Amino acid sequence: MKANPESDPQPNSESNSEFNLHEEMWNDWDVPRDQLLAGEYAGGVWKRSLLLESAARIVFPTVLVFSIYLLIAGHYDAGGGFSGGLVAGLAFVVRYVAGGRGELATILRIRPLVVVGMGLTIAVVVALAPLLVGGEVLATTTFDVPLPVIGDVKIATSLGLDLGVYLLIVGVVLDLLRTLGAGIELQAPGDRTSKREGA
Amino acid sequence: MLLAIALHMLVAVIVLLIARRAGRWVFAIAAAVPAVTFAWVMSGSAATLAGDARVETLSWAPKIGLESVLRLDVLSFVMIILVSGVGAVVFAFYAAYAKPGERGVGRTAALLSVFAGAMLGLVLADDIFTLYVFWELTTVCSFLLVGGDGVSRAARRSAVQALLVTAIGGLAMLGGLVLLAEASGTYRISEIVANPPSGAAVNVALVLLLVGVVTKSAQVPFHPWLPGAMVAPTPVSAYLHAAAMVKAGVYLLARFAPGFGDVPAWWVPAVVLGSLTMLIGGYRALRETDLKTLLAYGTVSQLGFLTVLMGAGTRAAALAGITLLLAHGLFKSALFLVVGVIDRQTGTRDIRHLSGVGRQSPALAVFAVLALASMAGLPPLLGFVGKETAFEAFTYGGTDTFVLVAIALGSVLTVAYSIRFVWGAFATKTDLPDTAVSTPGIGLLGPVALPALAGLVFGVATPLASTVVDGYPAAMPFGPEASDLALWHGIGVPLGLSVLALVGGYLVYRYPASWQWLCGRLPSALNAQRGYERAVTGLDDVAHKVTGRLQVGSLPAYLGVILVAVFVVAGVGMISDTPLPAEWRWFDNPLQVPLALLVLAGAWAAVFAHRRITAVLFASVVGYGIAALFIVDGGPDLALAQFLVESLTLVVFVFVLRRFPAHFSNLKSIRSFRFGKLAVAATAGILVSLAGVLYSGARTESPTASQEYAERAVSEAGASNVVNAIIVDFRAFDTVGEITVLAVAAAGAASLILAAQRSARRPTESDEDSKASKRKEASR
Repeated sequence: MKANPESDPQPNSESNSEFNLHEEMWNDWDVPRDQLLAGEYAGGVWKRSLLLESAARIVFPTVLVFSIYLLIAGHYDAGGGFSGGLVAGLAFVVRYVAGGRGELATILRIRPLVVVGMGLTIAVVVALAPLLVGGEVLATTTFDVPLPVIGDVKIATSLGLDLGVYLLIVGVVLDLLRTLGAGIELQAPGDRTSKREGA
Repeated sequence: MLLAIALHMLVAVIVLLIARRAGRWVFAIAAAVPAVTFAWVMSGSAATLAGDARVETLSWAPKIGLESVLRLDVLSFVMIILVSGVGAVVFAFYAAYAKPGERGVGRTAALLSVFAGAMLGLVLADDIFTLYVFWELTTVCSFLLVGGDGVSRAARRSAVQALLVTAIGGLAMLGGLVLLAEASGTYRISEIVANPPSGAAVNVALVLLLVGVVTKSAQVPFHPWLPGAMVAPTPVSAYLHAAAMVKAGVYLLARFAPGFGDVPAWWVPAVVLGSLTMLIGGYRALRETDLKTLLAYGTVSQLGFLTVLMGAGTRAAALAGITLLLAHGLFKSALFLVVGVIDRQTGTRDIRHLSGVGRQSPALAVFAVLALASMAGLPPLLGFVGKETAFEAFTYGGTDTFVLVAIALGSVLTVAYSIRFVWGAFATKTDLPDTAVSTPGIGLLGPVALPALAGLVFGVATPLASTVVDGYPAAMPFGPEASDLALWHGIGVPLGLSVLALVGGYLVYRYPASWQWLCGRLPSALNAQRGYERAVTGLDDVAHKVTGRLQVGSLPAYLGVILVAVFVVAGVGMISDTPLPAEWRWFDNPLQVPLALLVLAGAWAAVFAHRRITAVLFASVVGYGIAALFIVDGGPDLALAQFLVESLTLVVFVFVLRRFPAHFSNLKSIRSFRFGKLAVAATAGILVSLAGVLYSGARTESPTASQEYAERAVSEAGASNVVNAIIVDFRAFDTVGEITVLAVAAAGAASLILAAQRSARRPTESDEDSKASKRKEASR
């Protein structure tokens, strides 16, 4: 991303730092700082749509929250780790479709397979954890957790397994985007001039 | 015993860590463990030799009765003399043998240490799985040690051959062991041998075991791997390919002989192959000019001898076998070390170049002659004692006479190549200048002297040898009582044969024409090395052809094969024995009608679409329609998953289709398959529809499993959503398995796609790639 001019003044030119600051403000005051607006990189190989990109960014956090709702609510209602993970994955898909690879890079600095590995690790650890307290593998216990405002919440330990599934699915979708998507960006016809700086 | 094995493995790690600082002295450190093991076993020798077997059990997976059992009896005791005793000697020798600052000593020392531990486990194991695991571990160590750093082609090829041959044998052996254990109802070897089962399955099992024996112990026709493995450093050969690993096969034979010595499927192949091996090995040893290869063929020959003795399954043969097992381990390791010394001090081990070594290094020559005399069967050495007993074991007439002739001939050859070794290594040859020999120090000579002198001590003090080995033939239930080991058996057939072997051996050595007429006249089908190569290339060819036939690279062809297989396998069975539903309803809910029409319309349109993207869109109309049907039927979880997967699939399709032509191809070659595809697709579609109809009628009441799930969801899983309770609790193990598969599949698919892209990009590597790779390097 573009460096933020206010948080990153240039300290090396001390004699005319004030002038520099003014000059920077003069030049950069209209550089977009808001995540909702398009970045300045050339992301995908397809034509970008400001409307789609902005809409994707507005919807994105809501969808993620919804996916987490699905993850937690799965114990009592429709949902679960699989559905939640797919919804979260689709949120990333929407961002990707809107802005290409660069768009994903702005929100994610972790490699997809690491997410997959994290999911699998969590699932296995949760599966084995009951052994430590003398239980059976994958046994479930429920806790009543008193939370302020909301009240008592019943949480089952199998939520951990669901979380593992959730992360794994997200990772798989991201991996799909990285591999398939990247292949398309690189091999799409007429893709000789596109620049992918800043991604 | 477990502790000793674990110690070997631990020291392997330590040795790796300190190799850089300690240099070649890591071998001295590694030698300590087998030495301590040896001392420990010796300290308990009185009890062991009295027949009091020590047993240690490590419970592995108690629920399925899997445990690792170690048992120290007389046979194990003799093997440990070779494994740990000779092992310590060889390790000590290696410390002097390695050049100062030699590279890779840490690796070799660590592998040797692991090998010594594995071999120890192998000879102690009393349950079939422990035996198999250690057996294969020795194979792997041998592969790594023979292959060395993997730089030279010969080393790689020999290592692969050793691995392939012994691993195939190991697999066959595992099959045999399992069959045997199933037939006798126990996994403990001592119990199997105590109450041997019988029957056709047991005969098959025994033959499979023998495959393991003959591959590991380099018997005809699998023997070429052993001479090939001589590319390994000489101390490694001394330990693995003379004293320890190749004895594993003979050991297995000896281990099971008390139970199955009288079964023809067991002893006939062993004796026949052993005799052949003894003769072929001896013959080949006469022709070699490389001292080490000569010894390797000598080892093949001697292993054949041991196989005959251990396989014969009589008391007398067993006594001879275990005596020679000990003797061979001692003299052959000494001889290999002698070759190592010669090689290191002169720079060659070719008998056409060596001359005057004996005069310059008399001590070495003396020890070598001691060992060779034991091999040739000269009194008063242990080899003589063993050979006398062996001859005696087959003097009872009948088929034994054939065996007696074979081993007598083999002994003639043994004497001949022993003389050839002495002459080749130490003689002063008139037509050659003296080879420069730098005098070997005590570090090199000491380890040579120990096993060579041990052979002498055991030979002279025959009662001592008797106490060590007598326990094994005593456990043998077959054959006449064995006479005691003795230097002087009186004048008889055995002594006559011994003299005959010595005289004959000298004559064969003196007049090479006696065997040279055979050269080039043996049918080439007998060439085992060529047989091995043909087998390997043949296997490659078959794999190529099968792959070429099956993996044609056409997605429609793959899909067609899958669908036809489903139809043939599942469809026929389903149609033939599932009744039609008794009652037909058009719909359960009026909403189903428009949804069904939507699905039908989508399917119809998808089939007739001209553009790929249109077809995909219509196909997802079908998917969404079905998801909506799930909602109508009251399965919100299923519907949600279906909607999401459908969406994701659509996106992936769009990604991929961007690279395809917009329209379906209309080439004649593709059109001509149209009706075939239509037939396959229609059959598969009808099959699925029919399955839906049939199975909807097959279920008459709600299954009990579902009811149980619903009842227990809240109380046991703490979830009111039954679907979720099933996924994360009742069948959570499935879930973990499934996500593991998913993770592996994702990684695999990703690497396939990336690999395809990389190969597509390779010719014109853009600067972005180099940047990316630089970034990667930097981040590392």
